[in-house]
Amino acid sequence: MTWEKLLPLLWESTVETLYMTFWSSLIAYALGLPLGVMLVVTRRQGIMPAPTFNAVLGVVINFLRSIPFIIMLALLFPVTRAVVGTAIGTDAIVFPLIVSAFPYIARMVESSLEEVDHGIIEAAQSMGSTNAQIIFKVLLPEAVPSLVNGAAISITTILGYTAMASAAGGGGLGALAIVKGLNVRKYDVMYSASILLVMLVQIITVFGTRFTRGLDHKRR
Amino acid sequence: MDRPQIELRGLSKVYPIPGGEVVALNNISLTIEKGDIYGIIGMSGAGKITLIRCLNRLDSPTDGQVFIDGENILSMNIKQLRETRRRMGMIFQQFNLLMQKSVARNVRYPLEIAGVPKKQANERVLELLRIVGLEDKARAYPSQLSGGQKQRVAIARALASDPEMLLCDEATSALDPMTTQSILALLQKINRELGITVVLITHEMAVIRQICNKVAILDGGELVEQGSVDDVFLHTKSAAGRRLFGILPDHEETPRHPAIRIVFDGAAIGQPVISRLARDLDMDVNILSADIRQLNDKTYGQLLMARPDDPGEVRRVMDYLAKLQLTVEEVHTP
Repeated sequence: MTWEKLLPLLWESTVETLYMTFWSSLIAYALGLPLGVMLVVTRRQGIMPAPTFNAVLGVVINFLRSIPFIIMLALLFPVTRAVVGTAIGTDAIVFPLIVSAFPYIARMVESSLEEVDHGIIEAAQSMGSTNAQIIFKVLLPEAVPSLVNGAAISITTILGYTAMASAAGGGGLGALAIVKGLNVRKYDVMYSASILLVMLVQIITVFGTRFTRGLDHKRR
Repeated sequence: MDRPQIELRGLSKVYPIPGGEVVALNNISLTIEKGDIYGIIGMSGAGKITLIRCLNRLDSPTDGQVFIDGENILSMNIKQLRETRRRMGMIFQQFNLLMQKSVARNVRYPLEIAGVPKKQANERVLELLRIVGLEDKARAYPSQLSGGQKQRVAIARALASDPEMLLCDEATSALDPMTTQSILALLQKINRELGITVVLITHEMAVIRQICNKVAILDGGELVEQGSVDDVFLHTKSAAGRRLFGILPDHEETPRHPAIRIVFDGAAIGQPVISRLARDLDMDVNILSADIRQLNDKTYGQLLMARPDDPGEVRRVMDYLAKLQLTVEEVHTP
């Protein structure tokens, strides 16, 4: 395929990939972040202990996390159709992406928040902080570098998932590589789309790491 | 009489462990008056950390009551507890500063959560940093500070809410001796100039000797001695007290010989008591140990002499020394 034909294809697919990644990451974080906070604060040793709730939440999250994305995509077909209006296409893929990603993000957030020294929480308690103040002024701000680092990892994972969108008739670089590359033996299309995907992951990882380092006042 | 600032009544704490329980505190009662620098000392595992954490309910006792200004902190609802905690500053061995916030933001935190307007809060932060001698570090981050500086930030933060008392959880244990001195001096200054009651726990008698006026000794969850530092030193009753005051050799609970302990206070310290005793009673004196130490601002000398075998001789020595107004006691072997 000539560059004149290939470039617009690559550009269009890149935009689609970023579109899917952006919206599913954003909405998955809107769900996963509060759930991650809940996983930490409702522990037996947490600031709002609710061990039963914590255990149930943990089981549900583990259950959702253990379903492979490609299976989730198929399982969710009817739900996606009901929620999005269609189960096919680039928009429709965002819904299963969110469902697959938010439990993962909840665990990432949980592990970031776990790194905050318990002594700091106790100091905040000793100063008469409310639980909301501890969460928003201590727990989350202290975990910011780790949360950002986790976000970079989560986003690259979601980016990887978008490559399977072709299975549901979605677009993006993954679909381009498979549908217009591999399936019709146009290896130049397949390779250039794949290389672009790899580059996107690299860029997010590098910036994530740099950004994390810049934010962290602890290890300086 | 003024109500005590802090009063513990029958405080006990039992931790369940697999196949039994651990008694961390057993029926502790003590009172801390306004203006005290009250030291609670014990070896590790004596229960002192549990005790100080019960004072602001970071830990809940299994039994007993904790009164802060006459109010039982254990029966307070969460809102009352938060308000009481704002009147009680606390500092920690590991400082527990917010690592992602500047020094100024750390000190401002208690003001922020209390809703103090920003401008007013910033002025107060500067004033507090001046008190602890760190006005030039406002923009630094905790990771750029030394241990002593971190503890100063923690002290400034604890003082931000204008507390009436300051709880110190092993506040100098992670610091070198020089830094320890400067932090202790700062605590003393805060106590004298701001009238803040200080409660500190430590395993080092040097800390108690240097700044405390009252002391409580914990041993295996039991309160074995309490009172003014002078009294407890002069009339040490417990094995733990003797060990902590260094009355007995460091690594043994009892001296090898039965001994007589003589404590000289300021006035008698210049007197050649022992050589006179030897001459007047015509007997040999075997000195086991002797030293001079500082308690607050007073100087004490302490001497351990081997106890004569003959009970009559012991009586004569004790009477002779008592006549000289010295504090004398037999240190018994159990």
